[in-house]
Amino acid sequence: MSDLTDITLKDALEGLKARRFSSAEITQAHLTAMEGARALNAYVAETPEKALAMAAQADARIAKGEAGPLEGAPLGIKDLFCTEGDRSAACSRILENFRPTYESTVTANLWRDGAVMLGKLNMDEFAMGSSNETSACGPVVNPWRSKGSNRKLTPGGSSGGSASSVAANIALGATATDTGGSIRQPAAFTGTVGIKPTYGRCSRWGVIAFASSLDQAGPIARTVEDAAILLKSMSGHDPKDSTSLPVEVPDFPSFVGKSVKGLRIGVPKEYRVDGMPAEIETLWAQGIDWLKDAGCEIVEVSLPHTKYALPAYYIIAPAEASSNLARYDGMRYGLRVGDGGSLTDVYEETRAAGFGDEVKRRILIGTYVLSAGYYDAYYLKALKVRRRIADDFTQAFGKVDALLTPTAPSAAFGLGENSSDPVAMYLNDIFTVTVNLAGLPGMSLPGGVDAQGLPLGLQLIGRALDEGTLFSLGGALEKAAAFKARPEKWW
Amino acid sequence: MSIDAATVRKVAKLARIREAEERLEPLARELSGIMAWIEQLNEVDTDGVEPMTSAVNVPMPMREDVVTDGGDASRVLSNAPKSDKGFFVVPKVVE
Repeated sequence: MSDLTDITLKDALEGLKARRFSSAEITQAHLTAMEGARALNAYVAETPEKALAMAAQADARIAKGEAGPLEGAPLGIKDLFCTEGDRSAACSRILENFRPTYESTVTANLWRDGAVMLGKLNMDEFAMGSSNETSACGPVVNPWRSKGSNRKLTPGGSSGGSASSVAANIALGATATDTGGSIRQPAAFTGTVGIKPTYGRCSRWGVIAFASSLDQAGPIARTVEDAAILLKSMSGHDPKDSTSLPVEVPDFPSFVGKSVKGLRIGVPKEYRVDGMPAEIETLWAQGIDWLKDAGCEIVEVSLPHTKYALPAYYIIAPAEASSNLARYDGMRYGLRVGDGGSLTDVYEETRAAGFGDEVKRRILIGTYVLSAGYYDAYYLKALKVRRRIADDFTQAFGKVDALLTPTAPSAAFGLGENSSDPVAMYLNDIFTVTVNLAGLPGMSLPGGVDAQGLPLGLQLIGRALDEGTLFSLGGALEKAAAFKARPEKWW
Repeated sequence: MSIDAATVRKVAKLARIREAEERLEPLARELSGIMAWIEQLNEVDTDGVEPMTSAVNVPMPMREDVVTDGGDASRVLSNAPKSDKGFFVVPKVVE
């Protein structure tokens, strides 16, 4: 039998259904590969007993002819999703010993459809970071390396464990979340496909909150079709999340392979930024040509407020985070430090010991911009700029059906390389964050490699609730790019 | 606008995060750097622009005001740092 970890989700599901191999076999193959890949630090908890028990149940359902759409497929779950009885800590010390007594809606949807859980994946603490270096569990290592170098590279963040595990064949696919680019930038850095759907497509219930008006779950996968299969299962209206949209979930996989002839594709001129590597410019131009060849019409568009998206985000996201993270008070769950002191002592010492530097920094910024005298100048101003950014997209989508941009302004960088300057790190999300502010769907897929042999991503942005068009365009780009590069196994 | 150590002390107090005295200056420099970068928002003309508070344009859904869950104290308490006889145990709140 060929290697059951080196396979797409689609092929795995077909093989399981045809009973060419069992879920127990493919799950065990992944558990063994995970043991051998611990140098990547992608998993913060492996759950082999749960995985094998779920695989046995899946095999029983397949035998009875009751297979669900994901029956028997082993997946990795980002540590931000609550899974009942398991570690669900957002890679923060403050939640280290927290064991939820409930299941997030997104993971419950995956299990309903037959998927198997391999374990919990590493991430930036509370999803605040772009390199996985803010994790209390240490950084994830990218399976990709520059040609002829042993230097450890970041897989991006915050969904670094999700991206690394899919690229290194230690999960068939993974859940991830995206508040400012945390699905798409890691996908770009690891040669994988990631989609952040329209805000409200996936329920946020049971997903540990960072910035509630921006947070959205989505998959990271090996192919556009695999991402479509996963997103279909993850999506759906949930009365437990009041921002979850009461709309039908389209059959996303059926959009992959559809003709894109006649679609109008916008190329926003503001995404040409100073200091962007020439190779990314070249890939972008290549992507435009691929879509032209597929019959699309290319239109230059303007999104004039693009450069203000990141500064607006760094008011809105920390403001929401400072409110959301106020719940970690050491009283009802999570870490408690300083027992014996006053109530305020316990609050202050618990939060000082439980949160890492980046989380504290963002809570302080959020508290500052919401404090008396500054609310209008910062928070309200940012919400108005957010409207301007959303209006830019509305204007553009009057003329085009989707937008094509690079995903990130660089390829994967070395661990430790950008960590001394917070603003330099924030700039990683310059092309992705606009989509979160406007609530739109965005997909990253690999387009090629740079001179160092590292993957580079292209981003497609769509109208609200029009993920289908992104899957069609993604399918067309994937076919044209024929991206076959894989990281050389060193771990 | 520049943030000084006294402001950091005040904000940390509001956020209930203890910061050592020697951390206040470095934090003030870091936060000032970030806020200086954010100042560019002032270039944007936002006169008459309605603030955008939600990414989805749908009315807040309403539901019947009925009990949907509850009566499960042991699950609620299962992650409590300290509990006793079905209650959370917390430091003294009222003297």
